[in-house]
Amino acid sequence: MADFLNSLVGSVDPYMLQILVNVGIAIVLALGLNVITGLTGQLSLGHAAFMSIGAFTSAMVTIKTGLPFAANLAVTGVVTAIVAAAIGFPILRLTGDYLAICTLGFAEIVKVFFLNFEPTNKALGLTVPPAKTSIPMPIYVWVVAILAIILVTFVQNSRFGRALKAIREDEIAADAMGINTARYKIQAFALGSFMAGIGGGLYAHFLSYINPSDFGFLKSVDILAMVVLGGLGSVPGAVIGSSVLASAPEFLRFMSQYRMLVYGALLVFLMVFRPNGLLGGVNVTELLLRAVGRKPAGK
Amino acid sequence: MFLQQLVNGVALGSVYALIALGYTMVYGIITLINFAHGEIFMVGAFIGLLLVSYFKVNVFVAIIGAMIFCMIMGVLIELIAYRALRKSSRLSALISAIGVSIFLSSLALMVFGADAKGFPDGAFPVRQIHVGSADISTLQILIIGVSAVLMMGLEFIVQKTKIGKAMRATSEDYNTSALMGINVNRVISFTFALGSALAAAGGVLVGVLFNAVSFNMGLMAGLKAFAAAVLGGIGSIPGAMLGGLLLGVSEVFGVAIGYSSYRDAIAFTILVLVLLVKPTGLLGQKITKKV
Repeated sequence: MADFLNSLVGSVDPYMLQILVNVGIAIVLALGLNVITGLTGQLSLGHAAFMSIGAFTSAMVTIKTGLPFAANLAVTGVVTAIVAAAIGFPILRLTGDYLAICTLGFAEIVKVFFLNFEPTNKALGLTVPPAKTSIPMPIYVWVVAILAIILVTFVQNSRFGRALKAIREDEIAADAMGINTARYKIQAFALGSFMAGIGGGLYAHFLSYINPSDFGFLKSVDILAMVVLGGLGSVPGAVIGSSVLASAPEFLRFMSQYRMLVYGALLVFLMVFRPNGLLGGVNVTELLLRAVGRKPAGK
Repeated sequence: MFLQQLVNGVALGSVYALIALGYTMVYGIITLINFAHGEIFMVGAFIGLLLVSYFKVNVFVAIIGAMIFCMIMGVLIELIAYRALRKSSRLSALISAIGVSIFLSSLALMVFGADAKGFPDGAFPVRQIHVGSADISTLQILIIGVSAVLMMGLEFIVQKTKIGKAMRATSEDYNTSALMGINVNRVISFTFALGSALAAAGGVLVGVLFNAVSFNMGLMAGLKAFAAAVLGGIGSIPGAMLGGLLLGVSEVFGVAIGYSSYRDAIAFTILVLVLLVKPTGLLGQKITKKV
């Protein structure tokens, strides 16, 4: 099995493979933020902080214990979710931009904390030993990405997901309808951060080197841009947004030093011409049903 | 020692306040977090540097030149990147602002290179003045003085002029003021011009103070100034001044008592703590939302 998978991975161009893995990790991260910002409507500018907590936790677990990688990721996700719930409990009382700046502030604090944290080598960064698994990393990343897609799709259509959407549309009305908004917001925050932590764990083991400075404000913004570009609250949107933005810097590489310039301009133009994101307001299931000639149910 | 650090803190804080004013004014009117604002600060610093080193003008002329340039730039940015998005979700405008920010900082990286540039020697005569136990440099006096003059000018424009009245009306209620015959587009452009000019002045001052201008100076300064604006209560002009001074002073004191490696976290820790106690910032008004 492992040999077969290894040969499968070996048959893909390494450069393409790297882009694919980046896209896979981006999907996990973007879907996590999509739960917080897209579904629940709580703007978070600190998603990278949870990614870094995940990355360092996962790296330390690999270094200190011999847990297999799957258990490692599970532990990482749970630790990140607990931290998120602890942070979320006080700060989710804030609304709108006050919440946004608080998450941003928290992210900066986490970054500075890791920059001064002795066990993770401070600013030198941490070299991560290979993951304890026989399955090659790219396959692992994509299995997790697909699991994340399934998880968020189920969450979205569940009772829990409907409560989150109600909070997004109108928090006061949701409260009046008997939804415990504080509890649901914290749960959504913890779930999104759980995925961010797992994304961070994958990132750490794929790159095998992590540095606190990699998880700064710009990383959070990157992830947010993926979610907004794809269309807030839409799972296919988050997948497409992360695929486009995670691979764009690579496809723009031919213009070398103009790359980030074009990336910035691209963000502006995409937003000006598609303000709701690429797939915002588009019902993908309906489109697919129509494409195969069936009328969508209930219409 | 205490007096010395206080002066250092006030000098740094007045720059934060200058940048924070731009955030808070724009937010007050169109509820947009203008993430490109930090980059305008950076561009202002570069324009000031160019004027001083190539055109040999003195610092004050450089400040005015940078302010005019950034005014135009701020208005253009609003026109291109934000105006079309005014009716759509606020997050789209936010992403657009972040796009502008990435664009400007990479443009500066290409044009000016990656290393920090310093002002030529003697751009501003630096002398130390002894006041009690403190050494106050003429640079600090320059910064505090220029900031104070600019803030008083802003206060005059906002409180006493017709366009200032229109700004206050628009931030109170956007739709109603449009119905009352206020040209909202002009007010918004004017707000961007005003905010960008203050940021540009702040950029030149910081450039002279630290003698370093680099393409990535806008990011952290912008974030901290934004934190200052929120700390004071976003949308409130006196709040931004108070928040800026408070962050500057506490940062300098934090470094002075030995937390220098935590420098960037100090501002944000204070911010988070204050927001937990007072969720709308120090001078922010509590607005009860209705369904």
